[in-house]
Amino acid sequence: MQPSSEAELAEIIRAAKGPLCVKGGGTRSLGTCAGEVLETSGLSGVVLYEPGALTLVAGAGTPVAEVEALLAAEGQRLPFEVPDLRGLLGRTGESTLGGVVAANASGPRRVQVGACRDSLIGVRFVDGAGTIIKNGGRVMKNVTGYDLVKLLAGSWGTLGVLSEVSFKLLPVPEAGATLILPGLSDRQAVQAMAAALGSPFEVNGAAHWPGQGTYLRIEGFAASVAYRAEALRRHLAAFGAVEVEDGTDRWAAIRDVAPFQGRAGDVWRLSVKPSDAPEIVARMEVEAVLYDWGGGLIWALCVEGDDLRARLGAFQGHATRVRGAGPGAFHPEAPGVAALTHGLRAKFDPRGLLNPGLMDA
Amino acid sequence: MEMPPPDTMVLSAKARIVAALHGLLPADAVISDEAETRAYECDALTAYRCPPLAVVLPRTTAEVASVLRLCHAEGVPVVPRGSGTSLAGGALPTADCVVLGVARMNAVLETDYDNRFVRVQTGRTNLSVTGAVEADGFFYAPDPSSQLACAIAGNIAMNSGGAHCLKYGVTTNNLLGVTLVQMDGTVVEIGGPYMDAGGLDLLGVICGSEGQLGVVTEATLRILPKPEGARPVLVGFDSNEVAGECVSDIIKAGVLPVAIEFMDRPCIEATEAFAKAGYPMCEALLIIEVEGSPAEIDEQLALIKTIALRHNPVEFREAADEDQAKRIWLGRKSAFGAMGQINDYMCLDGTIPVSSLPYVLRRIGEMSKEIGLDVANVFHAGDGNMHPLILFDANKPGDLERCEALGADILRLCVEVGGCLTGEHGVGIEKRDLMSVQFAPDDLEAQLKVKDVFDPRWLLNPAKVFPLDATASRRAA
Repeated sequence: MQPSSEAELAEIIRAAKGPLCVKGGGTRSLGTCAGEVLETSGLSGVVLYEPGALTLVAGAGTPVAEVEALLAAEGQRLPFEVPDLRGLLGRTGESTLGGVVAANASGPRRVQVGACRDSLIGVRFVDGAGTIIKNGGRVMKNVTGYDLVKLLAGSWGTLGVLSEVSFKLLPVPEAGATLILPGLSDRQAVQAMAAALGSPFEVNGAAHWPGQGTYLRIEGFAASVAYRAEALRRHLAAFGAVEVEDGTDRWAAIRDVAPFQGRAGDVWRLSVKPSDAPEIVARMEVEAVLYDWGGGLIWALCVEGDDLRARLGAFQGHATRVRGAGPGAFHPEAPGVAALTHGLRAKFDPRGLLNPGLMDA
Repeated sequence: MEMPPPDTMVLSAKARIVAALHGLLPADAVISDEAETRAYECDALTAYRCPPLAVVLPRTTAEVASVLRLCHAEGVPVVPRGSGTSLAGGALPTADCVVLGVARMNAVLETDYDNRFVRVQTGRTNLSVTGAVEADGFFYAPDPSSQLACAIAGNIAMNSGGAHCLKYGVTTNNLLGVTLVQMDGTVVEIGGPYMDAGGLDLLGVICGSEGQLGVVTEATLRILPKPEGARPVLVGFDSNEVAGECVSDIIKAGVLPVAIEFMDRPCIEATEAFAKAGYPMCEALLIIEVEGSPAEIDEQLALIKTIALRHNPVEFREAADEDQAKRIWLGRKSAFGAMGQINDYMCLDGTIPVSSLPYVLRRIGEMSKEIGLDVANVFHAGDGNMHPLILFDANKPGDLERCEALGADILRLCVEVGGCLTGEHGVGIEKRDLMSVQFAPDDLEAQLKVKDVFDPRWLLNPAKVFPLDATASRRAA
């Protein structure tokens, strides 16, 4: 089913008799999905774009590529750097804005500008009863009523099907540079990234690819980038040689987890306290690992079927299996939190139609 | 402002409830004497007052949980309170409620510079969070103008902003985790010192829920390294429209100032008389602040100057040193105090799309003339968060009512142009009855369902945020 309007979407959900598998472009979905496929690609198109107000409103089915091209023509962008996981997950198709929001998908710039949910300022969605609901709007500061905008971000279609999303935007900086620190151990790399992120030089990317290098990104006006690159190089002198590379091209590979593409095995994504990361990685038996967000995000390539969570035991954070078969893609929640989650799902989707089973541990 | 009639069953059980509270807390943590509860009868929205049944000032999460468990069992409403600086009446008591103040819970529990967070008890004041880390070169970014007094608990409840959120975001963008005590005494940990709590974004909906979903007793807050420096410029214009266009052009040019503040003529005149900051007498002025090293600041300000000069400003004032920078901020920082000197005033908080600025300012001017009350505008222009100050005389019969009517009309105008009722102060009781201007019944119902999950008996801060008729059946249940 492919509704071409919000009203039609509401009608479909109201009339549904069984489970619905909610689908954007299908480029980053994870876990199992039973039921009739409900696609949002018909809810496409930019509703409003005001460059002077740094604001965009668009249908949830609008392709990300279309929006990025539109923004680029005005020298603007989505702040949170949308990852393209098609290569990693072996998918084809067009990523949609709604899918990005449903997954709260955020790239390396997360360390500076926040996640997708931090740039999301408004949503329209249809809940499991077929009711059309709006929350937030098109302004950057809005505390009017409860923030269901955040609640819908990262809800994977389980509370409602997004029909329209609004974002605040940022200008594309004039210049960028990448600092490369070769030869650091995982532990040294996380320390170097902490030193960089704790400096006033506005680092907006901090990643470590074991065996390849540790990377730091700065962006801004050209003279400012040159100044900060040099200041940062001096600031990190204790970590050895620092090479400064002009431009930021290599960050797409980090964002999209390119090092794992074409390699067999399960892929896990862990959000952890950055300084814990090397020790957590040491407890896993990984084929390969990539650290982003200064160590706060771990991408791990593991043997198929490996129960990574059992291996790790308790840690601060959570682990999601983004590629791999079977149940347990999402991290189990503590009982008190799980009770709230189930309560919300039951309220917003009383018939249990929307992606049933998804997000359950 | 209508409040629900107090529950007579609760009122008549006061002695028993107070005795039970004394059984849970040290003697100095329970206040029930009528002379003393009066200190908690209002917050910063002083037009409305009501002493509570009792006040408790717990010192630990366990004490908070025990109080809530008791009140839940007894069916006693609870009004959580940070420092009581809400401008929206968020902490206004009812006669049948227990006010739960977190002011005595003000410790810093953990400071971690490598991972850039602090964990604090939420009674700690906003400014003293920064105070705990600034010697080491860090700060907590949200900076509401009440930051000397306001508590983190209230900041989280209202999702507070400040002058610098154009660059750093508001509370919700700087909050990593909370310890939340639910009305039935259940304690849950949500998020922590890592990015993006797993599962549904409960943290996102708790922040800004105005104390209606639970009492947040501890918070993990993101801290940031202090910038190398910051410097403001002041630009004066002979029309509001042109000042508005200049804001838009600066944003489009790719500069991201840390703050863009706007003052109109009535506000400039009042603050000059009070603070004597030496501002130019003009229709509108902007204070724009940028951050970085001295050279980076020079570069950004040069670009801002080029853009501003295209709009023929009547004045472009740069700060050659720290003292001049302070003078540029002096008037802006004294604006509210200055207004308070000459008049009673009501401060609004609507947000509008930046592109609607000239139209909205013109309409406010017209509406102000029609009703015969002066309005001064001072606000965060970069993000469209307006603070129209309506001047009135509280001693003049009918003036408060006219002021509230004009305020409501201005907020309706904000919604009409695509904005919202409140950008950073919260709804409280002040804007409660206007919620249906911005939200359809289904939109409100979706929010009420969230409260149903967290507080099924509707005992936490129950008469706030939503129109009373929309919540009547739930509160009565």
